[in-house]
Amino acid sequence: MKKNFRGLFFTPYVLWLAMFVIAPVALIFYYSFFDIHHNFTLSNYQEFFTSGTYLTMTANSVLYAFLITLFAILISYPMALVISKLKHRDLWILLVILPTWINLLLKAYAFIGLLSHDGLVNQLFQFFGLPIQHMLFTDSSFILVAAYIQIPFMILPIYNSLTDISGSYIRASRDLGATKWQTLTKVIIPMTMPGIKSGIQIVFIPSLSLFMLSRLIGGNKVITLGTAVEEHFLTTMNWGMGSTIGVVLIISMVIVMLLTNTKRKRRRA
Amino acid sequence: MSKTIVELKNVYKKYDDGFTALKNISFKLQEGEFYTLLGPSGCGKTTILQSIAGFTEVTSGQVLFDGKKINDIPANKRQLNTVFQDYALFPNMNVFDNVAFGLVVHNTKKEEIQTRVHDALKMVQLEQYANREIGELSGGQQQRIAIARAIVNRPKVLLLDEPLSALDAKLRKDMQYELRELQQDLGITFLFVTHDQEEALAMSDQIFVMNKGEILQKGSPVDIYDEPINHFVADFIGESNIIQGKMVEDYQVAFLGHQFECSDAGMRPNEPVEVVIRPEDLVITTPEKGKLQVKVDTQLFRGDYYEILAYDKAGNEWLIHSTNASTDDAIVGLTFSPDDMHIMRYNETEAKFNHRLESYED
Ligand SMILES: Nc1ncnc2c1ncn2[C@@H]1O[C@H](COP(=O)(O)OP(=O)(O)OP(=O)(O)O)[C@@H](O)[C@H]1O
Ligand SMILES: [Mg+2]
Repeated sequence: MKKNFRGLFFTPYVLWLAMFVIAPVALIFYYSFFDIHHNFTLSNYQEFFTSGTYLTMTANSVLYAFLITLFAILISYPMALVISKLKHRDLWILLVILPTWINLLLKAYAFIGLLSHDGLVNQLFQFFGLPIQHMLFTDSSFILVAAYIQIPFMILPIYNSLTDISGSYIRASRDLGATKWQTLTKVIIPMTMPGIKSGIQIVFIPSLSLFMLSRLIGGNKVITLGTAVEEHFLTTMNWGMGSTIGVVLIISMVIVMLLTNTKRKRRRA
Repeated sequence: MSKTIVELKNVYKKYDDGFTALKNISFKLQEGEFYTLLGPSGCGKTTILQSIAGFTEVTSGQVLFDGKKINDIPANKRQLNTVFQDYALFPNMNVFDNVAFGLVVHNTKKEEIQTRVHDALKMVQLEQYANREIGELSGGQQQRIAIARAIVNRPKVLLLDEPLSALDAKLRKDMQYELRELQQDLGITFLFVTHDQEEALAMSDQIFVMNKGEILQKGSPVDIYDEPINHFVADFIGESNIIQGKMVEDYQVAFLGHQFECSDAGMRPNEPVEVVIRPEDLVITTPEKGKLQVKVDTQLFRGDYYEILAYDKAGNEWLIHSTNASTDDAIVGLTFSPDDMHIMRYNETEAKFNHRLESYED
C-alpha cells in the first residue's frame, strides 16, 4: 500500500527524467552511429579521433573553456569574499545575479556595442589619448565576455559556501596565530572547495560549446565544439557527426564531474 | 608572590546598537592560576574572553598582557589561545593537522611539529587518534582535541569558553578533574567561562561572579560560598535561605521576631540587612529546642541527603538538607550557630565589603 503510493508519487518525476533527460541522451548516442545516408557505422567516431580538425577543435574548446572557467574563478572568488562581508550582502549578490535574467543575445550585442571599433571602450581610449584597439573578434574578447557571462553561475555557489562558514573557524585560525592570508589559504579556501567545485561543474561544460558567443564576439575565428555541433545540425545536416561531438561533450562532462567529485584523499607521512 | 600575566583596567564595551555589554571591568590574572568567570547567560562572559583574545575591541579601558597594553594588537599576535564553545575544529583537516595548525602557521620545522603534536595529544590522552577525521570523534574527544590544539603553541594563558557545556553530566564531571589536572601539569593560567556554579566551585582557584556586564565579587570558591556579597551572588552560588532582617548592633541580628547572635559586624545600628543561611547548616530538632519553628511541606530524597522544604509562620520558605528524613506536615525546630549566618548589606560595593570584612575578621 505504502509502496504503491510512493511509486505513484515518483511517477511524474521518472517520466519527466525519461522524456527530457534519458531519451535525448539516448537519441544522441543512437544518431552518432549513423552516417549522413542513415547507414549504421562507426566512421563518425573514427573521423573524430583521426582527423586533425576535430582534435584541434576539441583541444581549442577545452583550452578556451579552461581559461573561461579560470578567469571566472579568479574574478568570482574575491568578489564573493568581499560581498559575504558586506552589510547588505543578500542585496549585493542579487545585483550580481541580475544580468542572468537578461537574454544572452542581448548581452552579446551590448558587448559588441562596447567593444566595437567606435564603441564606448575605444571612445574612452581616445579620450585618454590611447590608440584605438581592435577588440571585437579576438580570442581575448571572447574569453572576457564568456567569463563575464559565467561569473554569476560561479559566484553563487562560492558565495553560499562562504556564508556557510561559521565565524568561529576564522577566529580559531587567527587565535592560533594565522595571518589573514594564511587564514584565507589554509582555512577559508579549503572549506569553500565544494562551492568552487560546483561552480566549475556549472561553468566548464557550457563553456565548451558557447557557439553563439564564439560567432558574435569571437567572429567565427574561435571555432569550438559548440560551433561544430551547430554547423552539422543546421548547415551540413550531418546529424551523425553532430551527435558524435555531442557524445564527446557528454563524456567530458562526466569526466569533469568525476574529477571535481573525488573524495578528499588523506596524505600523511 | 606570582606575577600578573593578564590585567583588565576599567574596561567598557558598548556594541554598535548602544548596548553596554561590559561595565568597568577590572581584574588581574596571576600566572599559573585557575580563574573562572561565572554568571548567567548574556552577562558578558564571552565578551570578556573576546576582548582578551582580540576578537572584539573594547570601547574604553586597557587590556594588558605581561604588563604591556595589547588593545591594538591583532588576535594572531597575542600569546594566548582559546578553546571555543563549539570547539571550531577545522572539518577539512584530520586530528593531526588540526593540532598542528598553530605550529604550521608559525613555520615550525616538520620534526618539531611531529613531536609537539604528539606531546599535545598525549596531554589529552588521545595520541592514537592523530589520523582520525574530526567527524569520527565523539563530543568529548573533540573537546580534548580542541584543548590539544590550543595548548600546542604553549600559551601562557588559555581561555576556555564553556568548553564542557555540550557534554553529558558524567563526562562533564570527568573532564572537570582532567581540566584541573591539565592546568596544574601545564602550570599556565586558565580563564574558564561557565554558567554552572558547581563547576566553578569545583575547579577554580578564583571565581569572578558576573551579572549584567559587571563583576560583582571576586574570591576563592570558599569565600564566595560562605560570604556572598549580595542577594544575587548568594542565590546564584549554591542553594540558600535568604531572610530580611535588621542588624541591631555588631554581632546581633534580628529576624522573624527574634534576636540572634551572629558573627558579622561593621554596620549601622538597626540597618536593614539580608541574612543568608545555607540549607546544610540548618539542623532539625524538636520545636522546643529550635531557634525557629517551621512546618515540613515536602521532602525529596537526593541520594546522600534529604532536601526538605518547610514554611515558617510568616510564610517564608526554608530549604533544609538533612541526612535523616522528617515527617510531612510535622512542626519541627531549626537550629544554627552564629557562624552559620552570613549578613549582607544592601548595595554594598565589593571594595567596601572587603574592607568591612577585614576590619573585624582576625
Ligand atoms: N555583536 C553584538 N551586538 C550587540 N550586542 C551583542 C553583540 N554580541 C553580544 N551582545 C550582547 O552582549 C551581551 C553579552 O554577551 P556575551 O556573549 O558576552 O554573553 P555570555 O555571558 O557569554 O552569555 P552566554 O552564557 O549565553 O554565552 C548579551 O546581552 C548579548 O546580547
Ligand atoms: Mg558566551
